[in-house]
Amino acid sequence: MSEAIFGIHGAALEVRSQRMGVLASNIANAATPGYKARDIDFAAALDDRLTRGGDGATVDMFSGADAHTLYRAPTMPTLDGNTVELNREQLAFAENALAYSATLSFVQGKVNTLTRALQGE
Amino acid sequence: MPEARPMTMFSLTQKAMSAQMVRMNAATSNLANAGSVASSEAEAYRPIRAVFTTELDRASGLASVRSDGLMRSETAPTKRYDPGHPLADADGHVWEAPVDESAEMVEIMESARQYQNMVQALQTAKQLMLETLRSK
Repeated sequence: MSEAIFGIHGAALEVRSQRMGVLASNIANAATPGYKARDIDFAAALDDRLTRGGDGATVDMFSGADAHTLYRAPTMPTLDGNTVELNREQLAFAENALAYSATLSFVQGKVNTLTRALQGE
Repeated sequence: MPEARPMTMFSLTQKAMSAQMVRMNAATSNLANAGSVASSEAEAYRPIRAVFTTELDRASGLASVRSDGLMRSETAPTKRYDPGHPLADADGHVWEAPVDESAEMVEIMESARQYQNMVQALQTAKQLMLETLRSK
């Protein structure tokens, strides 16, 4: 149902939200020895969600992106085994937040269109 | 320690901030004890460090951080000859705490920076959540 109304944007919003959590985890663990930074391959996760959620089956919220969570390759290895590079994570976080905002405005636009059609003004 | 409720952005940030607070308190304690002396090697103050471990929440895919207690460093105290000191032992030696002030300052600065990062990330996330909530 929601797939028919929002198209790609509903799924994209969920993946964006999840990616935000993963990036925040990286920032939180910037000083944890041995922590490996992770990131979601957005395109692959979105593809997966769309193909699996298309037949109306309920998709587990996190199963789709879990398979597409990859470890980040560090620019330079550190002695304590931590691969978080704060500048990179912050940049990815900002980019992701912006994309979330964009997707959200698409969803809102869709809702506005529908509301206007229902009201028949 | 497994948690009953799933981890959210808020609990994740709260845990990360607590961990940074423990780290900053440890560094401040070290700074406060810099230059303190004792009359034997065993009694001298040794710097403490917070140890961080990751806490992964499988249900939500979020990874928070936990401070797994404090670790005392193995650095040997500095032996100084000061026979006039009231705490000096029979040979006239006092044992000074092996605190590296600049290292502790750097530790505090790094901790503050990471704390700031976390706050900023939460602010952005919260703002986006509010925007989503307010959309009609």
